[in-house]
Amino acid sequence: MKLYFKYMKVLFKSQIEYRTSFILLSIGQFFIPFLVFVSIFLLFQRFPNLAGWSLYEVALCYAVTHIGFSLSECFARGFDSFSGMIVRGEFDRLLVRPRTTFLQVLGSKFEFTRVGRLLQSLMALVYALLNLDIVWSYDKIITLVLMIASGVFIFTGIYLLSATFCFWTIEGLEVMNILTDGGREMSQYPLSIYKEGIKKFFTYIIPFGTVNYLPLLHILNRAEGNKFLYMISPLYGMVFIIPCIFAWNYGVKHYKSTGS
Amino acid sequence: MIEVEGLYKSFKVAQRNAGVTAAIKSIFNPQYKTVQALEDISFTIDEGEIVGYIGPNGAGKSTTIKIISGILVPDSGKCSILGNTPWKNRINHVRNIGVVFGQRSQLWWDVPVMDSYYLLKDIYKIPETTFKSNLDLLTATLDLSALLSTPVRQLSLGQRMRCEIGASLLHDPKILFLDEPTIGLDAVSKMAVRNFINTINQEKKVTVILTTHDMSDIEALAERIILIGKGKKLMDGTLTELKNRFVTHKTVTVDFAASTQDLSIKGTTVLSRTKERISLAVDLETIKVSDVISILSQNFDIKDVAVNAQPVEEIIVDLYKEFQI
Repeated sequence: MKLYFKYMKVLFKSQIEYRTSFILLSIGQFFIPFLVFVSIFLLFQRFPNLAGWSLYEVALCYAVTHIGFSLSECFARGFDSFSGMIVRGEFDRLLVRPRTTFLQVLGSKFEFTRVGRLLQSLMALVYALLNLDIVWSYDKIITLVLMIASGVFIFTGIYLLSATFCFWTIEGLEVMNILTDGGREMSQYPLSIYKEGIKKFFTYIIPFGTVNYLPLLHILNRAEGNKFLYMISPLYGMVFIIPCIFAWNYGVKHYKSTGS
Repeated sequence: MIEVEGLYKSFKVAQRNAGVTAAIKSIFNPQYKTVQALEDISFTIDEGEIVGYIGPNGAGKSTTIKIISGILVPDSGKCSILGNTPWKNRINHVRNIGVVFGQRSQLWWDVPVMDSYYLLKDIYKIPETTFKSNLDLLTATLDLSALLSTPVRQLSLGQRMRCEIGASLLHDPKILFLDEPTIGLDAVSKMAVRNFINTINQEKKVTVILTTHDMSDIEALAERIILIGKGKKLMDGTLTELKNRFVTHKTVTVDFAASTQDLSIKGTTVLSRTKERISLAVDLETIKVSDVISILSQNFDIKDVAVNAQPVEEIIVDLYKEFQI
């Protein structure tokens, strides 16, 4: 863990070597999701609610998903851009160092410009929380934290899976963006507005539903039955990363180096 | 120390003709060809040796290095390095080795060299005292002091290579793999790198395995040569053995006081002849160089003598020809 922060420090230094580019990219990262948020806002100007969900509730959904996404893009970027590492042969170098490949790839790249996106989603979060009547208790705060953590884990898991494919295909698979970008766009709305099949897929297989929809029911006091299950449902989302790590380790064994 | 036995490795290579049509075809019906990169490679290397691992492009040098440094898994074969099998106990194994890829950097591009060194200190968990003493030694012998605070992207190739070699030795490796360490370096940097490799080999007893295309590297460093071609080991022996086996001719050039006397010595052929100079190719199997010189000195008033052996470059070319690789 200590090493991870050391990596972070060095790469942060690298990134601010190019200061103008860093600042401009961060600003850009602020406005891209901001426009998405504006479109949600405008949508609710036409319709008072979306399948029974108010603007502020959807905003909360949006914020949790985007915070998770921006954190994972910032801290797990190494897997997101892993195909480049294979193409350039840099993965060889990691293999001759006495640390796990997982930690080293994680530490190979950070995208600090995502701070723009993070800031924007935090603003959305504050906006939603200020306007929602939620009686906060410890369990609800814990739930909210778990939701964000769960988002980070799921996105990281998906990056990990698509990075694993690179061991066979060299180039990254654009298909996997259906899960990252698609998953993000989809899960910024409550899962209940979608059809049954989609709901099941994103609850049990790629458990985006556990990031915001299910625990949100608990926070908004809409949960029926065992409230505790709703509260800890983000933990199920976190477990998603375990098979991804197994897949990764299997992929590493099939690594064929390139060039000389 | 290093025991390699019966390594085999093959790659599947996609086959495709040039052109767009062929490219599209290959998407739906990819054709593969299996290339045998290594075939039954075995050798043993003892502590403190410097071994030159040579062969033409595509012979399997890099593949071997990648297998014994833990990057690739072979199809079959055994390998034990200080008790570890590289592809099974990767993390334990790589603690003992340093690897320099001449064509790839291991330093972080945008930060000063020293930052990379500190990061390596944490990656390898090098104790503070070891790190300090190694750093001092490396700074002194590789003349790094002026370079450590410069970002890597601003270093020249020679400077960078010195920093790379320094980086691979911070953790006191017992074995150093050098994959073309002098590629693209100027004469001064080459000398510096070679001297340094000799120094750490003698002072720290680091075992060095070196792949290179530059035969003067081999001459300056390696006692022993392993030659491979088309994935097979062809020769394993000392440089002297190699020379004895393949050097069949030497050139003797003599300057003397003007003379027009004709001369023919058995076992030599005249390469050039002027009034004051004669150049002879000596067939070492028939006559010794010293005999040739003594015959010459009886006939001429010799001013200067030069004896040239076939350069190692040429021996290697002959060698490749002999093995048809």
